[in-house]
Amino acid sequence: MAALTVGSVELQSRLIVGTGKYKNLDEAETCLRVSEADMVTVAIRRVPQAAPGERSLWDVIPEGMHILPNTAGCYTEDDCVRTAHLARELLGEERGKCIKVEVIGDEKTLFPDVAATIAATKRLVDEGFICMPYITDDPVSCLKLLDAGAHAVMPLAAPIGSGLGIRNPYNLKIILEQVREKAPGVPVIVDAGVGTASDAAFAMEMGVDGILMNTAIAQAKDAPKMAVAMRDAVRAGRMAFEAGRIPRKLYATASSPLEGTLPSLN
Amino acid sequence: MRIAVNGTSQELPAEVESVQDLVSTLALAQEQVAVEHNGAIVRRAAWPKVALADGDVVEIVTLVGGG
Repeated sequence: MAALTVGSVELQSRLIVGTGKYKNLDEAETCLRVSEADMVTVAIRRVPQAAPGERSLWDVIPEGMHILPNTAGCYTEDDCVRTAHLARELLGEERGKCIKVEVIGDEKTLFPDVAATIAATKRLVDEGFICMPYITDDPVSCLKLLDAGAHAVMPLAAPIGSGLGIRNPYNLKIILEQVREKAPGVPVIVDAGVGTASDAAFAMEMGVDGILMNTAIAQAKDAPKMAVAMRDAVRAGRMAFEAGRIPRKLYATASSPLEGTLPSLN
Repeated sequence: MRIAVNGTSQELPAEVESVQDLVSTLALAQEQVAVEHNGAIVRRAAWPKVALADGDVVEIVTLVGGG
């Protein structure tokens, strides 16, 4: 059974990892493998000058892994749609059917242009793409993305690359409730801002369906070790969510029985 | 003939007449690039049929690392 379903795509892991900002391709390859992610994000750029025989990202993405091209760097709806078209041409109809819709609204925060993201999502859904838009952690924007036909909503936890963790758990909780109510089959995936394993576990314990991360792994001192930590954190967080946490209480409740205690020596 | 490839204007050798010729000349891995010619995507199968002309703008893209 799939761990996470987005549109018609079935993923075996709730962790989606990026491919940017690694020290080198070898480290990226190792991290993709040990993270056990089933989907990776990539960017679309002008082809770099490469020496003949030089390895590229194409060589390190495992054959069966799902690819999620992003439209990072786009500031308008039209540029976003153009990039999605190029991605589909590049990867083919089947492998290029998913797109991370990303329309940036501000250079410094990299927060999305919400209106343009919604408009681009609508156009790309109409064209048959499986759309996974990056969006602010605002419930209204997420609901509007559902109206646009988004196959997942991906609210940011904190600014891209910031590592600040889940900045607004209450908004995230509202997003989860409202998206579930309006579109039960549409996953909520936290995209961006996670800094370490506890951030990932925390989000998963809240009930988000998955997490997309890049910098937290790629820029860790020991990236492959962090990839494993994130793999386990996402799993542990999900299991804790499914298991159901105990209610918080202010005072202690004894774990050991009160009956059968020995009389005090005093 | 002078065309702009990925933002750089370049003089093409006389034998480069089509998008296919251009991609071959640049020694790119054909399965790993997508081509836009004057703002329109050229499907891979159509590369040999699309002729280049002086002043054309060509963008050639691929996958790179990203989040």
